[in-house]
Amino acid sequence: MVGTVVFFIFAIMAIAAAWGVVTSKNIVHSALYLVLSFFGIAVLYVLLNADYLAAVQLLIYTGAVSIMIIFAVMLTLRGEIRESNPENRSWGWGALVSFLVFIVIALVVLTNTDWRVLPTPWTSGGSAADLSLLLLTKFMIPFEAAAVLLTVALTGAVILAKGVKESK
Amino acid sequence: MNLSNLSVGLSTYLLVGAMLFSLGLYGVFAKRNIIAILMSIELMLNAVNINFVAFNRFIWNQKIDVHYILTGHVAALFVIVVAAAEVAVGLALVITIYRNRQTTNVDEFNWLKW
Repeated sequence: MVGTVVFFIFAIMAIAAAWGVVTSKNIVHSALYLVLSFFGIAVLYVLLNADYLAAVQLLIYTGAVSIMIIFAVMLTLRGEIRESNPENRSWGWGALVSFLVFIVIALVVLTNTDWRVLPTPWTSGGSAADLSLLLLTKFMIPFEAAAVLLTVALTGAVILAKGVKESK
Repeated sequence: MNLSNLSVGLSTYLLVGAMLFSLGLYGVFAKRNIIAILMSIELMLNAVNINFVAFNRFIWNQKIDVHYILTGHVAALFVIVVAAAEVAVGLALVITIYRNRQTTNVDEFNWLKW
């Protein structure tokens, strides 16, 4: 029962913060709402028994990604900050399309009765030990590929942002 | 559709994911600032992660190997890794474009238009 209350508090917080991200006129406020939304999603991971993913969400998203986004906002800010995050001309079509997408997904979710949900959900697992066992045995090749991807992406980001001196 | 769907089950988590995804989609369509568009993409990736973890929690097959039970968590972890790489490269591109064009407005990124 406590889980239900905590779920609704943090789910509504995450969704309201996401609403703030896409409607705020000030892009610094958008970035701070984004941190709040990531935090609410981390609490949802805890409720889903994904302890390790909750920790990763807090460290990578609410820590690293938000800091990088706020840095980029600060580095590229020009003009009046209250008007720094405007909508474009066709925002009404965007609102219509995304609302229709939500309606379709919600109809599918609410009318599908054959999810094959277990009577008693599985309650263990999700710790770093279980996940690392899986990552280093069955998913070892994708794990190494992800490591290579991160190295290449971060090197490329540094080269893109800093520029390369032309060699003679 | 009955009220038992409103207790915290699989469909509730899927609805939360759908709402976050739709809000992110609206942000991608409607925003002018490219950093706001990147933030909206992050929201959409997080919605997908909620779906992965919720399916992993509520639906699993007892007949399969016990080591495959956490596959949804692994998929979410790879999504997080790719999202981190994406945001790093995306923000580097934003800063480079800003250095050349002095703007972050996507309506002015029209070099390729003739």
